[in-house]
Amino acid sequence: MLPSIEKLIQSVPVEEQQPMTFINASRRTFLQVSAAGFAVAAFSQPAEAFIKYPVGGTTMAHGLRYEPTIFVSIDGDGTVSIVAHRSEMGTGVRTSLPMVLADEMGADWDRVKLIQAPGDEPKYGNQDTDGSRSMRHHIQSMRQMGASVRHMLAKTAAKKWGVSIDDVDVGVHVVTSGAREAGFGELAVDAMNEVVPTFDELTFRSEDEFRYMGKGNVPMADISDITTGKAIYGADIMLPGMKVAVIARPPAVGEKIAKVNDKKARAVAGVEDIIELPVTVMPAKFAPLGGVAVIAAHTAAALKGRDALEIKWSKGPHSEYNSEAFTKEMRKTAGKKGKVLRSEGDLAKAIKSQSKSFAAEYTQQHMAHAPMEPPVAVAKVSADFAEIWAPVQSPYGTRQDIAAALKMPIDNVRVNVTLLGGGFGRKSKCDFALEAALLAQKTGVPIKVQWTREDDIMHSFYHTTSVERLEAAIDKKGKVTGLRYNSVSPSILTTFAPDSGHQFFIENGMGHVDMPFEVPNLSIENGKAMAHTRIGWFRSVANIPRAFAVQSFASELAHELGRDEKEVLLELIGSDRKLDPIKQGFPKNFWDYGEVYDEYPIDTMRLKNVLNLAADKAGWGKSTPAGEGWGLAVHRAFVTYAAAAVRVKIVNGQIRVPEVHLAIDCGYAANPERIRSQLEGAAVMGMTLALHSGVTYEDGVAQQSNFDTYEMVRSTNHPENVHVHIVDHPFSVHASGVGEPGLPPIAPALANAIFKASGKRFRDMPFGDTIKA
Amino acid sequence: MVNIKLNGVDKTIDAADDTPLLWAIRDLAGLTGTKYGCGAGLCGACTVHVDGKAVRSCMTSLSEVKGKEVTTIEGLSSDGNHKIQQAWRELNVPQCGFCQAGQIMQAADLLKGNPNPTDDEIHKAMEGNICRCGCYQRIVSAIRHASTGA
Repeated sequence: MLPSIEKLIQSVPVEEQQPMTFINASRRTFLQVSAAGFAVAAFSQPAEAFIKYPVGGTTMAHGLRYEPTIFVSIDGDGTVSIVAHRSEMGTGVRTSLPMVLADEMGADWDRVKLIQAPGDEPKYGNQDTDGSRSMRHHIQSMRQMGASVRHMLAKTAAKKWGVSIDDVDVGVHVVTSGAREAGFGELAVDAMNEVVPTFDELTFRSEDEFRYMGKGNVPMADISDITTGKAIYGADIMLPGMKVAVIARPPAVGEKIAKVNDKKARAVAGVEDIIELPVTVMPAKFAPLGGVAVIAAHTAAALKGRDALEIKWSKGPHSEYNSEAFTKEMRKTAGKKGKVLRSEGDLAKAIKSQSKSFAAEYTQQHMAHAPMEPPVAVAKVSADFAEIWAPVQSPYGTRQDIAAALKMPIDNVRVNVTLLGGGFGRKSKCDFALEAALLAQKTGVPIKVQWTREDDIMHSFYHTTSVERLEAAIDKKGKVTGLRYNSVSPSILTTFAPDSGHQFFIENGMGHVDMPFEVPNLSIENGKAMAHTRIGWFRSVANIPRAFAVQSFASELAHELGRDEKEVLLELIGSDRKLDPIKQGFPKNFWDYGEVYDEYPIDTMRLKNVLNLAADKAGWGKSTPAGEGWGLAVHRAFVTYAAAAVRVKIVNGQIRVPEVHLAIDCGYAANPERIRSQLEGAAVMGMTLALHSGVTYEDGVAQQSNFDTYEMVRSTNHPENVHVHIVDHPFSVHASGVGEPGLPPIAPALANAIFKASGKRFRDMPFGDTIKA
Repeated sequence: MVNIKLNGVDKTIDAADDTPLLWAIRDLAGLTGTKYGCGAGLCGACTVHVDGKAVRSCMTSLSEVKGKEVTTIEGLSSDGNHKIQQAWRELNVPQCGFCQAGQIMQAADLLKGNPNPTDDEIHKAMEGNICRCGCYQRIVSAIRHASTGA
């Protein structure tokens, strides 16, 4: 989610880090400039020169690339190889982006081979697979490259046959002109040596010609290997002479090694070496935490060796961190006026003059991502070359960090991307790959660093903890005339820069300052809270607590007013409009997920539409038996609109979810099949985080460590009958995020449904899976 | 040294008796289809069959499988077309795929003992297998599909 964060935070005050991006880049000017630039060099152009509408991808590190002959190659037998340059962690991106290119090109998917790109952004463009950006940023360049290769094939055939290119057709893996016909393989060598066409030369297939886009008929890549155990994840890399390392890390961030007795550990059969790694002090970006590494012949020996270590740790700056006390402190802060980020009208006056006010606080504890594959990486480092194999979301960022850590030129470092056994933001942070690289350099042998589940849950880059306080002024007619929203939460920025106690513009843009309610008097505030552990981004990031708070509050208001929740929610959202950030007092550094605002404005019609869609499909308004109830929530995140209707049934005091309707408007839906799977998964993860996910601290130490204390929704209580409704759009409606936006509405819809089913209102996540009588 | 039969092949594993079967299979026998997820029998990612029954290989010591038949995902069927594997592909079950070998081994064990399980029986049999991506709905559908063709 963070666009080249290092660049953003370089010694610039937070307020000035992001220019206002409300003004539309004139499309006409944009294309003219591009065309001029293009005429100079018809190759190796960044994709800005080719895309039809601007996307945030062009402002990310290394931007987007338009390199058809790098992304596509064709073998003599017609096999089309397409580069997958983003990391596959379960979203289906390794299928979906190459599928776009193949469709436009005319390639038969059965004859397409995928090539996973190593970390090389100067070559492939930005590879930071995060922030629900892959499809949104890259769909245009992938389609353009498909059209380019098709053009090159057609031109080659036209030359060969002495006909005009207008008389050549490119069908499915075949090029024809009248009775003449050639396969892609026959034309490959000449076609790939053709001049890459200019944007003006490109023609695009009409949408009714699409075979794959919008259809959801392409099986996910790797499914055969996954179902037969052949798929290669990070942990599955085995190199000759490789040793396995596990590391004992400081119990609390910043605690130092006071004394190590490794005698017993060294005596364990298979243990070969024990190495101390310097302990890191925050902020440390993605630097390893440090600790004591046990190097062994295999994983079992390394684990046994680590168990036998005796380490004394000295106290550090965060050894007093206690979640219960900290939450209390955040509640106090939330009750006071915070730093005002956005204001409209006169809230103080509104609260004073109205007949009624209503306030509520919503809290969340830290969360660990807990991907099924815990962090793991393999490194082989010689005097002048380092090669890494790792399940990383940002392979080029990893490569840069490793080059710096090993003091090697970046050209002497290669980062190979394996499949990721889940990511959810955890594998954006390459500390585990750095550990492997540093240990491989020190030992001179290939090293695999394996994190255990306990390591993963106790030493994460955690989702932040928060208190969100909302207060409404209500007039005599029951209309909300004022709203104060104070969000108090340690910031992700503390992983990168000294802690100011305040959140920064990226976090503010996630459901806080962009709150789409039409209320005349508004104050959106951020109270101070310091970080005492490593804070990172977790799928949907700050949208999780914000959607939980705002959407629970809307439901509570409805109850307070004795009205229907959907009606109240629609009334709060208000008239059909695109929010005007300037008129509505948004901060100058308002961040619309890195997009140009006018391309992806906050559109209340689309927001209300998904809410109505989910509610209608759920049969909103129909009565339910005792012990059952429906809850609703809607939220915009990653420039996508998503709504959830969740049905709860209380069975012997247990919370069960027999039915869910999720509606999503993500612009053009290129691969509806993987969009469905993402949202089905969001329903499960949303339920897990609402009921179970809390990493809490005592004396600086995480109290949860494995799936017994950090529980997951399982097959016996998973949400059933999850129906996904995708708003249909043509290609011209810009594709937006999918991986994350389904998640935020789940927890509030669930809490709202529990209230309807049981009368019990949960405001503090995680709230457990039982209703006590 | 422990002798086991791994996917039908006799293997001698050079490791201590108390070595978890999981690490013996992965690090010493070199079969990486079986995954580490928790090391405590809580997630099911490491599920294999021992003498035809699903067990958690992270909680099973090498000495417990002496002379027994161990089957991993690589050996579930000779051509990768066990009806569970086929159903998984037909329904596009996985997302990241990491837990799926364990899920498939558990599901295969269920259908062997109970060819027509009810939904409740499926839920119960699969309770020990966590999928963090949240593929449960498709897992249940795929098992039903493999069982009844529906």
